Amino acid sequence: MKEELIISGRMNPNIDPVLHIWHWQIPLYLFLGGLAAGILFFAGLYTILGKGDKYRGAVVYAPFVAPLALVLGLIALFLDLKHQLYFWRLYTTIKLESPMSWGAWTLIAITPLSFLWAALNIREIFPQWKWKFTFLDTLEEFFRRHIIPLAWALVVLSVILGIYTGILFSAFNARPLWNTSILGPLFLTSGLSTGAATIIILARSHKERMMFSRIDLGLIIVELFFIVHMFMGFLASTQVQIDAAALFLGGPYTAPFWVLVVGMGLVLPAILEAMELAKFRVPAIIPASLVIFGGIMLRFIIANAGQVSRWLY
Amino acid sequence: MRYAMAVDTAKCVGCSDCVVACQTENDVPHGFARDWVVEVNFGTYPELKTEIRSERCNHCDNAPCVRCCPTGASKIVEGGIVLVEHDKCIGCGACITSCPYDARFSHPDGYADKCTFCEHRVKHGDDPACVAVCPTKCLYFGDIDDPGSDVSGVIRTREYKTLIPEAGTQPQIYFLT
Repeated sequence: MKEELIISGRMNPNIDPVLHIWHWQIPLYLFLGGLAAGILFFAGLYTILGKGDKYRGAVVYAPFVAPLALVLGLIALFLDLKHQLYFWRLYTTIKLESPMSWGAWTLIAITPLSFLWAALNIREIFPQWKWKFTFLDTLEEFFRRHIIPLAWALVVLSVILGIYTGILFSAFNARPLWNTSILGPLFLTSGLSTGAATIIILARSHKERMMFSRIDLGLIIVELFFIVHMFMGFLASTQVQIDAAALFLGGPYTAPFWVLVVGMGLVLPAILEAMELAKFRVPAIIPASLVIFGGIMLRFIIANAGQVSRWLY
Repeated sequence: MRYAMAVDTAKCVGCSDCVVACQTENDVPHGFARDWVVEVNFGTYPELKTEIRSERCNHCDNAPCVRCCPTGASKIVEGGIVLVEHDKCIGCGACITSCPYDARFSHPDGYADKCTFCEHRVKHGDDPACVAVCPTKCLYFGDIDDPGSDVSGVIRTREYKTLIPEAGTQPQIYFLT
């Protein structure tokens, strides 16, 4: 028998009895960041491929969601800080070994680009739109001429943004559940999938909807593979990671994870999208909203469970 | 120079004087603790063994909190002491999450807080408050690179362990068993 207790009365708020330093702000931001990354990735990709006219939902309409998501995400991040007036310190340092530093710098690059992309498409929403100053017209002209490099910047930055939301967690070896390098690809795939789902909702043609249903179905299958792979990795690892996996395999997170994330967020929309592709009539908004719901749940459950998982000594 | 601490788990009675001394010396806000005492009981009655450990930040050589800090507020200063520079800290919580020992907490003023090895005392040659006050003298502090220091002496002659060395942190608090 081994019994361990803290006898000094250490009860540091948000640390004891289990770590709970990150509340709703971080997982919400991780979802919104991943969503924006997914949308901007497809916008950039289809611009580079020269299919902007064919996939107007992806290139024109969905990207209006991205700046909104990023701004809300940044607000959530700011609310998470406990020493808020010093937030600018993020931008007096570049620390390559800190994922959070990477993220801060990526955000400061991609957020203006997302606004720029929306501004270039503003006449699609308001056909009579006129810029107040003539230099803005010149700028618009300039960026229109350089739309391909801009699209490349979006693709590269959105991949960094999407993968960093996972690496942020996986860099912490103190939390065995997070300490798996699969989390980066998993969150990136989930971000791309929620982005594709947003495009499905905002798509303007049946053809585009079908195209992104197909893409989303592929992404969901990859995600399911990553999840299985993650648990296989845990179960073949050290005791602390076996314990971390146990949180989801019989432990307190079993039902929320397998029902809300895997069942409702991945398997069910995958079935619906497959039915849609097989020419059954499925309202596209149903699988798309389920995917977005699953994306939110994935972030919240992983963020929460990761703080519960720990080393024992 | 490399500061380190040794804790004699056989001599410690778990009085928690180190905890109170730290709270007083460092003005630790009410309800928080930078050091704490853990009691571990092994075995089944009547074959019992107790180990009492006064724990705190391990001032790791390979400190994950320093690595993950996005602003460089968490840093290693002279003597290997891991410190938080308050007006660089944004309170993001990354270091708190990264610590396998849960040694950090969020100070009510916003910045991340933890044991400083009483840097303000040791730079004048004094012992940290917890060491100075320990009634059983079970805490040893000093320069581990100096073979003549208290801590080097006990580590040379006694068996010891560190906490979760497999986490790769290279902790610098030694527990004499």
